[in-house]
Amino acid sequence: MTSAGASDYDVIVVGAGPAGLAAATLCASHGVSTLLLDEQYGPGGQIYRAIAETPLRDRSLLGKDYWRGKKLLRDFENCLAHYQAGATVWAIASNLETAYSVGGKARLAKPQKIILATGALERPAPIRGWTLPGVMTAGAAQILLKTSGLTSSGPTVLAGSGPLLWLLAWQYLRMGRKLDAILDTTPLTNYASAAGRIGPFLASPYFFKGLKLLLQVRAKVRVWSHVTELYAGGGDKVEFVGFKCAVGISRKIAVDTLLLHQGVIPNTSLTRALNCEHVWNELQACWQPVADEAGRTSVPGVAIAGDGSQISGALAAEHSGRIAALGALADLGILSKKDAANLAGTHRNALRNASTGRAFLDTLYRPSRALLSPLGETVVCRCEEVTAEQIRSAVDHGCQGPNQLKAFLRCGMGPCQGRLCGPTVTNIISDQTGRSPTDVGSYRIRQPIKPVTLDELSGLTAKNSDKISVNR
Amino acid sequence: MFSRQRDEAEPPVAFTVDGERFFGRATDSVAAAMLLNGKVATKRAAVSGSLRAPYCMMGVCFECLVAIDGIGNRQACLVRLREGMVIETGSNRRGVPA
Repeated sequence: MTSAGASDYDVIVVGAGPAGLAAATLCASHGVSTLLLDEQYGPGGQIYRAIAETPLRDRSLLGKDYWRGKKLLRDFENCLAHYQAGATVWAIASNLETAYSVGGKARLAKPQKIILATGALERPAPIRGWTLPGVMTAGAAQILLKTSGLTSSGPTVLAGSGPLLWLLAWQYLRMGRKLDAILDTTPLTNYASAAGRIGPFLASPYFFKGLKLLLQVRAKVRVWSHVTELYAGGGDKVEFVGFKCAVGISRKIAVDTLLLHQGVIPNTSLTRALNCEHVWNELQACWQPVADEAGRTSVPGVAIAGDGSQISGALAAEHSGRIAALGALADLGILSKKDAANLAGTHRNALRNASTGRAFLDTLYRPSRALLSPLGETVVCRCEEVTAEQIRSAVDHGCQGPNQLKAFLRCGMGPCQGRLCGPTVTNIISDQTGRSPTDVGSYRIRQPIKPVTLDELSGLTAKNSDKISVNR
Repeated sequence: MFSRQRDEAEPPVAFTVDGERFFGRATDSVAAAMLLNGKVATKRAAVSGSLRAPYCMMGVCFECLVAIDGIGNRQACLVRLREGMVIETGSNRRGVPA
């Protein structure tokens, strides 16, 4: 692994999480010139965040699964791929030329193939008061823990549904941190639906691990189950979380930090900006890029691997990365289709094993309708402060879809480019009109997908062909 | 709001937020270092002007926008803390000169 200069590569991999690290390592091991670009200042993506330099060196604190990342990183460091940290990819042209910025300077690199391993983000799950300072995602708290060894210092409540919620609670307890409550919003009805899928889950690696974790947390933390309503309140920062349970109990708990979680969904910024086809995953209630068995998207030369392709977890992601790498190697002619398929066989089996039990988890932890498509004064577009009520009203007044909503309400027009409101907008319009999410569609995303200054753009060297194309 | 429990023997990194001096560590992002020091609010919401603070810590929410060393609207959660950094909050809203 060496640091990158500005030249052209056979393969560019975007994202240094498990899928990206594995993909780049495999490509480089077959002698292909590979560049790994990652926005964060250290490798590991989100799940293995700060794996190279976490201050929490006592391995029992974060748990065994986290330290798998060390092996992935070591393998990558031993390969000949180039790695550029702090590289924000802001545009990819139709000829795959990739524009990215490092330390305020823009660069271009032209690969033959691109493997996107851009991962996931927390599902935005708006509640009243979620924009208050002190309200963050469970993932955010985990990042603070991994990179800086920080835990929340005042009264803290975790609210939501999904494995990460319990994992974070477990890690906080390992750090000696007390938690005031866990508000579990897993809908009561999900238990019955999930029961039908429990078979494979019982046989999966997640079952014993997850059960042990859950029991350890429940022994130490007050858990309120079947929470049907959730809201936060306060002045300049969050001061309390209010909730209602299915049994009819209503409570308010004073908090300094409120950590929300409703699962993770693919980060589709780049795939949308590239005009890849996407499909609505009804079980996971999210969009994912359409991809073949080697992650090839509908855009030639662009493959997607890992959670950015479909949420399957960290272990599945590394196998997915290797499968995409083998696909790229076959497409480059480095491997014959037959050899690539044979080599992919082991990884496909591993991917299948790592994905066992997911259907159970996805069914159990599917958020309630109320959380997926909120009502009333709940802010949906955080950037432009557009509420659920305003969106529903616009739809009643004839707004046809997410893109027209931009014109009606500026919803989706803020700096986050719809990352945090897009999913909810699709859900609300679907809810309000009775049309399916597939029919409703999603925001059209324009490049650049991250802010770029004029200074950075002017710093790019223009080739003669570039100048001619503008001066036509 | 957030505190560091196990202080490893790493050298402190000095930085300022709105002119006030604080300390963090080299592994901290600017956002983490701000939260650690109780400087929670980073910007004001575009319409109401209410205070906002980091939400996602991974670069997708754009709430942690601050000016770093004179350059505004930088995502504090993506920038590694460096010695002598000058952070200014509220950089996302510009006044119109009279």
